[in-house]
Parts: sequence; C-alpha cells; structure tokens
Amino acid sequence: MFDRIEDEAPTLTATDEARRQVEICNACRYCEGYCAVFPSAFSQRAFSDGDITQLASLCHNCRGCYYACQYTEPHEFALNLPRALAEVRVESWDRFAWPGGFARLFQRSGGALALMLVLGIAALFWALTALAPASGEGFYAYLSHAAMVAIFAPPFLLPLAAIAIGLRRYWAEVGGQRIRWPHLKAAFADAATMRNLSGGAAEGCNFEKGDRYSQARRHAHQAVFWGFLLCFAATSSGTVLHYVFDMPAPYGLFSLPKLLGLPGGLLLTVGAIGLIALKFKADTHLGAPEVWGGEVAFVALLGLTGLTGLLLYFATGTALVAPLLALHLGTVLAFFLTTPYSKMVHGFYRMAALIRDAQRKQG
Amino acid sequence: MTALDDQPWDLVIVGGGNAALCAAIEAAEAGLKPLILEAAPKPYRGGNSRHTRNFRCMHRGPLSVLTGAYEEDEYFDDLIRVTKGETDEGLARMTIRTSEECLPWMEAHGIAFQPSLSGTLSLSRTNAFFLGGGKALVNAYYNTAHDLGVTTAYEAEVTQIHVTGPRFEGVTAKIAGQETRIEGRGLILASGGFQADLDWLARAWGPAARNFLIRGTPYNRGVPLKQMLDHGADSVGDPTQCHAVAIDGRAAKFDGGIVTRLDCVPFSIVVNRNGDRFYDEGEDVWPKRYAIWGRLVAAQPEQVAYSIIDAKSRDLFMPSVYPPVEADTLDGLAQKLGLPGTKLRETVEAFNAACRDGDFHPTELDGLSTEGLTPPKTNWARPITEPPFYGYSLRPGVTFTYLGLKVDETARVAGPAGRFDNIWAAGEIMAGSILGQGYLAGFGMTIGTVFGRIAGQEAAAHV
Repeated sequence: MFDRIEDEAPTLTATDEARRQVEICNACRYCEGYCAVFPSAFSQRAFSDGDITQLASLCHNCRGCYYACQYTEPHEFALNLPRALAEVRVESWDRFAWPGGFARLFQRSGGALALMLVLGIAALFWALTALAPASGEGFYAYLSHAAMVAIFAPPFLLPLAAIAIGLRRYWAEVGGQRIRWPHLKAAFADAATMRNLSGGAAEGCNFEKGDRYSQARRHAHQAVFWGFLLCFAATSSGTVLHYVFDMPAPYGLFSLPKLLGLPGGLLLTVGAIGLIALKFKADTHLGAPEVWGGEVAFVALLGLTGLTGLLLYFATGTALVAPLLALHLGTVLAFFLTTPYSKMVHGFYRMAALIRDAQRKQG
Repeated sequence: MTALDDQPWDLVIVGGGNAALCAAIEAAEAGLKPLILEAAPKPYRGGNSRHTRNFRCMHRGPLSVLTGAYEEDEYFDDLIRVTKGETDEGLARMTIRTSEECLPWMEAHGIAFQPSLSGTLSLSRTNAFFLGGGKALVNAYYNTAHDLGVTTAYEAEVTQIHVTGPRFEGVTAKIAGQETRIEGRGLILASGGFQADLDWLARAWGPAARNFLIRGTPYNRGVPLKQMLDHGADSVGDPTQCHAVAIDGRAAKFDGGIVTRLDCVPFSIVVNRNGDRFYDEGEDVWPKRYAIWGRLVAAQPEQVAYSIIDAKSRDLFMPSVYPPVEADTLDGLAQKLGLPGTKLRETVEAFNAACRDGDFHPTELDGLSTEGLTPPKTNWARPITEPPFYGYSLRPGVTFTYLGLKVDETARVAGPAGRFDNIWAAGEIMAGSILGQGYLAGFGMTIGTVFGRIAGQEAAAHV
C-alpha cells in the first residue's frame, strides 16, 4: 500500500545519490549550523542537477554533518553526505575540464601526476643543458631570463584559459548571475578565513579524529593557501622588479621576492606535509576514495614546489644550484600544466560556488 | 570490552543517553570510576537523546545563543499549561532554576550551540539548539566522559537489577549475547521509558498500540523500570499513557526520527480509512496541534488517517522525507491510497461547498473557516480543486511514556521503606514526576541534564 523509498532503489548516479540524500537532509535540517551547504539547500524544495553541483562545490568535506547524522549506516537511509558530495565534485570536475579526459586521469592517478613531475624535471634538465646561456648572474647563469619566460609563459597561460572554460561551464550549470562587487567581497572573506572549515559554533572539523573536532585541517590548509599565495606574490614581484624597475634577479634577502618567498615556501611545505598526514589519518570512505591517491599526489606536488624552492635558495652559491634549479622549475612546470585537471582546480570552483552562494544570500 | 565483572564498579549507570552521560561526567569528575551499560550498539548509542535538538533553559538575561530573558515564572507557567497541573511544583521549579547553570556547564563539557533553526525562530529565546542536533551532543559527551576515564559497554542489555533491602548490589546484563553479573557500589538508572516494548504498550494502552510507530530508539524497552517496580519502587506518571504525535504513516516502525514529521495537516483535510473527516484540521497552528493529532489518529480505525491537499498547498509546509502520493484526480488518489473513491469525493465535495471566500494567510490564524460543515475547519479552509492532488498517510508516532520512578530533589529513588540507599534515577525514567502530561519542547533534555548531573554528584557523595 505504501511506496517505500528503498523499494525503488536502482543504481544511482553520483548526482542522483546526492539528491536523494539532500532531500532527506531537507526534511531534518539539524545540520543547518555547520556550513554554507545547509542554508543553501534549505532555501529550496527541489534540486536540479545544477543545484546539486553547487551544493557539492560548497562542501569542504569537514564531515561534521556525517558524525552528527542520525541516518548514517546502518540506518536504512544510509546517509553519507560528505562522500556523496565529494563524488559529485569529482564527476563535475571531469565534466567541466577542457580538454575532457585529462581531469579523469590526473584527479584519480597519483602515478600520472608523478610522471608529469618526472617529465617536467627532465625537460628542465634538458633545457639547462641545451639552452645554457653564455653569461648571466644567479639563476640566469644557468638559464636565461628569456628562456625561462619562453618555457613558462605557455604552461602558465594555457591552463588559465582551460580553467576559464571550466568555470564558464560551471557558472552556466549552476545558473549563476552577473557578478557584482558585494558577491566577491563576501566570497573572498569566506575563502580567506576558511569559514566553511570552521565547524560553525564548534571548534573546527571532524576530519582526522572521528567525531572529535579539530582545527588541524583548517590550519594546514591555511598554511598551504597563504604559502602558495606568498610564493605566487614573490614570483609576481620579481616579474615587476624585472620589467618595471629593470632590477633583474638575483635578489638579496631583504628584497620583496625573498621576503615573500621564504615564508611562503616554508608555509607551503609545512602545510602540505600536514595535509598529507591528515589524509592518511582520515577515513577515506567519507570522501571520494577513488581520487584519494590523486589528491595525495597533488598535495605532495604542491608541497614540492615550495620545498624545492627553499632548497634552491639555501643552495645559493653551491654546485647544487643547477640540479636544484631543474628540480624546482620542473616541479613548477608539472604543477602548472596539471592545474586545470588536478585537485588544484577545487580552489577555482570553490570560489565560484562561494560567489554563487553570496548571490543567493544577497538576492 | 573485557573484565567488566572483575571489580565492583564505583557506579553502574544503566542507559547511554544525555542523562546517563551527564551523570557519568559528574561522577567521574568527582573521582569515581563509572561504568555505562548502553543497550544499543555504538552507532545507535544515546537513546532518544540522539533524536533531540534543543535544551529549554531559564535565563535572566542573554545567555550564549539565547536572546532576551526567560524567567522562572514564565517557564513554570509554560509547563503548567502543557501538563495541566500534572507536575510536582517543587521538583519542577528546582529543575527550571538549575537549567540556567546547566547551559554553561554543557558548553564547558563539549556541547556546541547554534542559533535557532530555521522554522523554529519562535524558540530562539527559550531553547538553545545543539549544533548538529542530539547525536552531536551525545558524541561530545561520550568523548568528554571517556577522557575522564568512564568505561562504556555497548550492546549491554540489563536483564536484572539485584537489590537487597534498600541496597543495590549489582546487575545482570547480557553483553554482546553473554550474561554477565556486574557488581557496583551505586546505581544510576537513566534507561528511558518502555515505549519500544510493543507488548507492554499494548497492555497499557490497548491493542491498537501495536499499530503505533515508535519515533525513537528501539532500545527503550523499560526492563530496568520494570525491575525496579517489581522491587517495590514508587512509581509516578499515568502507566497507561504515552506521548504520541501524528507522523508520516510510511515511516519505519522504529527510529524514524525528526524527518518523519508532516506539517501538511492545517492546509489539508484529513480523512480516516472510511473517507470521513473527524476533526477540525485548522484549529490552530501545527506546532500547537501535532501532539493532539497523534491521539486523534490513534482513535481512528486501524490507527491511520490520510491528509489530502491539492496543488495550491504543495509548497506551504516543510518538505516531507517521503514524497506524497500524487494523482490527477481524486478517484486516482483514493485508489493509490486504498481509500473508498466515491466516499472521498463526497467528503471533498462537501468540504469544498462549505468553503467561503476570504483572505488566506498560511502563517497565521486567518479565520478562513468552513460554513455549515461538521466537523468544521476553522482556519485555512480553501477548496481542494486544483490537480494534481496529493495524499500523505498519518500514524501515531510515540515519543515517550509517562510511567516512571519517583525521585526526590537529590534524584534518589523512593522504595517501599523510604529511599533506596544507593539508587538514583535521571532522564525519561523519572520525568513523569515533573512532566505528568503533554510535552514542552526541549524540556526532556532539561530534566535529563539537571537530574543526570544531580544523580552523578549525589552518587559521588554517597558511594
């Protein structure tokens, strides 16, 4: 007489499974205080595929809702929202990536990322040998500025173009509107403080210590995030010094590139080690297990960009500069090339999701 | 879990929900080594506390997430209104007064609060909501208790309580299938009511109770309560009564929890399985009526009713966890719901004919009433005409039972010859002393927290 949900349970796609779970959440609402996913979900009654993509992109996998849930297995509802949304994210990044296929590979395969790293380093060793300049100071004694620009401009600009295509696809799918300053302001404030990893009123997330709250992931992620931005700023400041002020490298300790780059490299390295350690402690079944290896490899690659940069700095004036330069630049090359297809892309989609959520809230 | 029977425990706590955990934490902080015997397996630990979401708290000014003030007299008046005087005023006022110091204590022991949930803004002054709900609270307390050295045995079902005269000696428990005798110097009973024992419920309420759904844990079977009554403990609360609300009739027999609520009734007509209406669906706003409807549905044939709406009302209430049964015609809907089609059509037509023009306001009593209809619908009466038509089945969902153990202000259980020497009770098992009838949102957690803490402190002082 009664239609029971479990009587009609065919194999669901990631989006359908997440929709099934979010609809149960919407009848409960106990988790409203955890993060942006819930107020966003509870403002709706029905969930299109795009709505589910948006909710998945808002989820930072803090897992608070999983441990608070009355309906996790063995309950018949079998809720595991952190995993359901993680699976949707993985699929959506596959779908949005341009060209298609690369994301499938680099999201899942740590081996593929490692291979890219080896290829990147090999390419730089070749460049150092084949393009060795006649003269130059500092790094430029090994590879001229012009050669560096020639090698790095395309792998930097092309991935940016690929990400832009992905973001356009995302924006169309989630029904994003015209972006205005207040949307950006709200979204950047959320991202800068990692508000969605704060656990709401609790103390952090439930990532690596079961149902106990911990700030470890938020702190490690902040270290990586700000470390990366500092390193990026260091490189950018070098570019400005070079072109605008005609002050080419090498730079002293009290120069902008070094003042930004040294702490940046340290934060990036330490944060990445922390994030990897947390990934080994955490329950893989509360995320998307099939990308666990790819994610660990990505964090390692990101951390290596920082670590090799630091080593290079400390090796200044020694015979190790040439091999370390190849190592560092090769790591950076592999990192840039895989950015649109590795976990790195999450940062872009998260920002887009936060902007979209600010639009929802601000109306 | 090994060697539970090795030692006399300082304190045996039967039950693993809010009251048990508060007791264990207090006792452990006072230096005791308590053992918690939780009947449920670990994923379902916490009794009905895992289904809760807030704590009703007295406060003389803004306190944590609570706004304004909620003073003792107002709180007590609210309690009198729902219990219609069925309360022990001394215990009730003590509970209310103590609730104020409990909230900071809860925060200090790992509980995170959040502002009132959407849809419950009316409670932002009186009730503090747990971030993530009751299971998050239970998890936090278990962590705190274990850090203090409390031991927990899961799947530990107490089958016998051994009492000699006024003294508790030990319990026999089936732990993971094995009968084990556990000695203890003190006993705290925090094992809830008996609502999950359907035979008991049917003996008390009548055979119709077998058709009731149990909203909460299947592990509250009342065995410790029965044991203590057999030992001559004084009881409180009406042994025949349970608190039941109208919930989604498609919910699982046990543990459906919050998502089985249905908020459609005020915007619907409700018929029994014969297709007849039987009560004013628009008498008041739903939060004030859902408990009455548990009883109303229980009195209908086969303890089932059907709430019928049309397309106009589909989005006026919180979404249901199971989608409604849907049909383009009333006949089609009747068929899908197993109702007599002609009768349902007649009932709807009679209702439609009694509706009159007027302004419809879903969020307030709008006075849009039927005329010349018995029973009337006194608010939100709009004709059911616009397909598709939707139907939800309703059944009584039992929340808790009222029968319990009589305790004094120190949570000590009263027996045939005065108080027992070393037996205390906290939570649902003694709530009937204070909440003899009805229910006040968040008050169960208040009783559990206040008496759990007292029981833990008293045990520490006396064993």
